[in-house]
Amino acid sequence: MSDTQPLLELICPAGSLPALKAAVDHGADGVYLGLKDNTNARNFAGLNFDDKSLAEGIRYAQARGRKVLMALNTYPQPQTLKRWHAAVDKAAELGVNAIILADPGLMAYARKVHPELRLHLSVQGSATSYEAIHFYRERFGIQRAVLPRVLSLAQVENVIRNTPVEIELFGFGGLCVMVEGRCLLSSYACGDSPNTFGACSPGHAVRWQQTPQGMETRLNGILIDRYADHEKAGYPTLCKGRFAVQGETYYALEEPTSLNSMEMLPEMLKIGIAAIKIEGRQRSPAYVAQVTQVWRAAIDAVKRNVDAFQIQPHWTAQLTKVSEGSMHTLGAYNRPWK
Amino acid sequence: MKLTLGPLLYYWSREDTLAFYAEAAAWPVDVVYLGETVCSRRHLLRLADWLEVAARLRDAGKAVVLSTQTLIESESDLKALRKMVANGAYAIEANEFGAVRLCAEAGVPYVAGPALNVYNPDTLALLREAGATRWVPPVEMPHAMLKAMTVPQGMETELFAYGRLPLAFSARCFTARHYNLQKDDCQFRCIEHADGLDLKTREGEAFLTLNGIQTQSAKIHTLAHRLAEARALGVTHLRLSPQSRHMGRVVGIFDALRQETLAPMAAAEQLQKWVPGEPCDGYWLGRPGLDYAPSESLN
Repeated sequence: MSDTQPLLELICPAGSLPALKAAVDHGADGVYLGLKDNTNARNFAGLNFDDKSLAEGIRYAQARGRKVLMALNTYPQPQTLKRWHAAVDKAAELGVNAIILADPGLMAYARKVHPELRLHLSVQGSATSYEAIHFYRERFGIQRAVLPRVLSLAQVENVIRNTPVEIELFGFGGLCVMVEGRCLLSSYACGDSPNTFGACSPGHAVRWQQTPQGMETRLNGILIDRYADHEKAGYPTLCKGRFAVQGETYYALEEPTSLNSMEMLPEMLKIGIAAIKIEGRQRSPAYVAQVTQVWRAAIDAVKRNVDAFQIQPHWTAQLTKVSEGSMHTLGAYNRPWK
Repeated sequence: MKLTLGPLLYYWSREDTLAFYAEAAAWPVDVVYLGETVCSRRHLLRLADWLEVAARLRDAGKAVVLSTQTLIESESDLKALRKMVANGAYAIEANEFGAVRLCAEAGVPYVAGPALNVYNPDTLALLREAGATRWVPPVEMPHAMLKAMTVPQGMETELFAYGRLPLAFSARCFTARHYNLQKDDCQFRCIEHADGLDLKTREGEAFLTLNGIQTQSAKIHTLAHRLAEARALGVTHLRLSPQSRHMGRVVGIFDALRQETLAPMAAAEQLQKWVPGEPCDGYWLGRPGLDYAPSESLN
């Protein structure tokens, strides 16, 4: 790790131009965004950027000294490879600060055609070791890697000690229980997977149905969950449903929760985490504003005095108000060193 | 086309595992993949044990490939990986890019495993240049996409043709979760479920299979009736994924199919006797993976 590396940059989600402005106005060091198609892993109707909003977003952020990172983090396919190449060309032409990629072939293209363009390895690349990160650095010169939410902080520290590549971690937001880039549950159930289509449990496959047994949520006809009248029905993301295993019905894969790693900020600063990513490109500008504001305050506080860092009750209150299921977890980061 | 026996995805007792491979030595498979690809806590067979199994299979005329762990977390995982790559005798199946790098650096020939997410010809060409000799497309890749791939000269293509589909990996263990145990104190409960733990919807439909940190399909993906379509695309190898019972029968059916002593639909029918679940072939058709449409033909 060199002295010139950034520390705890705050990278916030921009699913739209208003969300981008909210992030910038509330203290994000950078925003990440995607185009309106399957070249990124948040391919939802009504989200993302067209040429005009992209140009305006880049202008708005960069005029205020903030960075714009473009996610092109799905896997290009042979019939439509040109779409991904065109997206890389557009990112270079418009002057984004970096592109976030998962596919090695696409990295090779970017490296060859736009050698000046900064490359980040997406969480969808599923790199969990420094050997994997070496692969992308040696061949394509990646400068930052976003790690899947798999490793303990001690394991992350070991990665940082063994690579000059900047490490970015997820800090807050919706939690995938599966390793990003290593999950095909959605295409198994309904044909579209994050890897190729850019979305999981897509809206077109979802059905809500009130029945005598309660509200049922289905994905391509598969019963994901059924809610009693007093329960709040959730979106049928298929890993968050209740299923039966050996006669017992429960959240067999994952309970609806969200990640909040704020209490680990002092440790993250000490081990040299370059950036903290906030999940939520599908969330509203108001959400982005709230979360960005709290995390800005927290990161400033830990940088001011790492040993005196304390989570302020009003930060927690603000985050609890906006988070899904109002449950916080440290995810995998707090597992003890094996 | 060659038949391969994919890596054992479940956790069996040492005796059962050794007995399985002793039997496999007599099956008409050309290639056998060995090693633990799912969970680093599974320890009943270490590399030295796998190498002994490998030697016996090689003596029986099989080509052996050692498969690497899919989710690398700790320094000790990397140590085990380096040891495997340096085995000196057998090719490697690389299941993440750290293994790709180590193989490329050491000049060890390797198979690019299905979890590497190779979805386009640029990435495939790059792996070929980096020393891969064979690739396994992602299990969700449809016939149409495979058809549109340019496969580099000298690169073999191995299709996942039979077994429960490996669909997802997690840092969490769902088998331990089922037993209310911490992953780090899982008591190795996977060993009680030779073909994984069935997960059903609340209306009793078999949906998924829990296998430790891996989630599989409940249905058995089978392309037995689609060998001609695979052959026409230049597929060189068919992967059959181990199950605890009747695996020899399954191999026998695929062998008869490739030798054309058994008709495709008859094979699909016979197979049903030995299969521990409903069949599916949806991925190959570009549909949801759990669909089954054996009469739909592709050209």
